[in-house]
Amino acid sequence: MNEALHIASPAVTTPTPLSPEATIRARVSNLDFWYSKFQALHSVSMPIHNNKVTAIIGPSGCGKSTLLRCFNRIHDLYPGARYEGAIELMPDGLNLVSRSVDPILVRLMVGMVFQKPNPFPKSIFENVASGLYVRGLRNRSEVEGRVEKALKQAAIWDEVQDRLKKPAYELSGGQQQRLCIARALAPEPKLLLLDEPTSALDPIATAKIESLIADLAHDVTVVIVTHNMGQAARISDQTAFMHMGKLIEFGETEQIFTNPTVDQTRDYITGRFG
Amino acid sequence: MDHILKAVDDDLGALSYAVAALGDLAVAQVRASVDVFARHDLPAAEKVVRADNALDLQDAEIEKNAVRFIALRQPMADDLRRPIAAMKIAMQLERCGDLAKNIAKRVPRLDKAPTEAQAASISELGRLVAERLAAVIASYRGNDAQGAYEVWVKDTDIDERHEGVVREIVAAMAAAPDSVGDSIHLLFIAKNLERIGDHATNVAELVHYQITGTDLANRPKL
Repeated sequence: MNEALHIASPAVTTPTPLSPEATIRARVSNLDFWYSKFQALHSVSMPIHNNKVTAIIGPSGCGKSTLLRCFNRIHDLYPGARYEGAIELMPDGLNLVSRSVDPILVRLMVGMVFQKPNPFPKSIFENVASGLYVRGLRNRSEVEGRVEKALKQAAIWDEVQDRLKKPAYELSGGQQQRLCIARALAPEPKLLLLDEPTSALDPIATAKIESLIADLAHDVTVVIVTHNMGQAARISDQTAFMHMGKLIEFGETEQIFTNPTVDQTRDYITGRFG
Repeated sequence: MDHILKAVDDDLGALSYAVAALGDLAVAQVRASVDVFARHDLPAAEKVVRADNALDLQDAEIEKNAVRFIALRQPMADDLRRPIAAMKIAMQLERCGDLAKNIAKRVPRLDKAPTEAQAASISELGRLVAERLAAVIASYRGNDAQGAYEVWVKDTDIDERHEGVVREIVAAMAAAPDSVGDSIHLLFIAKNLERIGDHATNVAELVHYQITGTDLANRPKL
């Protein structure tokens, strides 16, 4: 290539300031959680910024997945599970963990994708449409439009548009995971929860999902739990570090990974955590 | 606290050792260059010029190992700052070596040996600069942000000494126009020393950054 090297002027970006109320999609306040007698979360408080990716990191057993699962009340399925405190969904301030709020209503507003792809034993189309049917959508053309939109948002439309009636199990692992993301996106949730969404995928499939997550933040607020520190650094805007059920540090991802203020955070992200 | 993966500590230790060793070499070269100038020792000046090659090789080795560390260990936070600072500090020290070499290269170009007063004046500037460079290497070796800050904030005395030396040389030029050629060499030697002082200050900023993750700013100016 003989073209002269063209170097664009560096764009000067100012970090988005934290915490103006208008940018908060959800606010966790003094959240405690018990699995029966075991207290897994201790007074966790943090904001979830609108249209941003928030990563929750920490060693195994630190409570990060427990915290994520509080957002859509999965714990309600376990006997003895108990919440105190609040996760308020903005702008209305609906407390997602309040006993008076129906968990089904919560799950209509908060989508979730798990560690291993878990497509339903149905066609690709039916997988994505299933959440719409639950919400009472019956108009065929509307459902088709929403399915196509979700598959495009999940960056898998080009790969499946000519085989929508094929079983979802025919897709590769990475494609299945993007299909699950499309399924979660179709009902247009206010929050999308991702619980280690790439831990079962190869590096190429992981890169596609990471790219997708970064793009998704334009449309939806994302909270991701990951063991992969590089992944948290690459794709998130804010990062929360947890240890033994407590939030140790929360801040802009750039700050957390370049100059954390708490020694415990530094020890964890630099591999000194003994 | 040590890293869980011991190889990370080994790599970082080796990198720091190499940078500090390069610093020692740079200090030795600065002292030697001023010494050969003051004694007008032409064979020793040639040795100083040749010895600069060791600094170039050490700088290249540090850069190679820092890049390797970043690629293989994927460091974060202070672990990331250390190889970045190592590369940048090594570059500053390599430049100190080049400037010391330039001083030594001027020795055989002088028509005659410097006067006792000229030798004393430039040696004093050289002593200050070498002392400053040694102090900042000590702060690097000791992971001492306060020590680096003290080097950084004291840079003004080198500038003042340099200006004094320049005034003396200019006065000598006015008094003895036939020695202008040598005086110009002396001006360059003094300027080279002053630049080494600037590099010591740059290293101090990098040491402070490596340790604290923050930049030094707003130093009082002359």
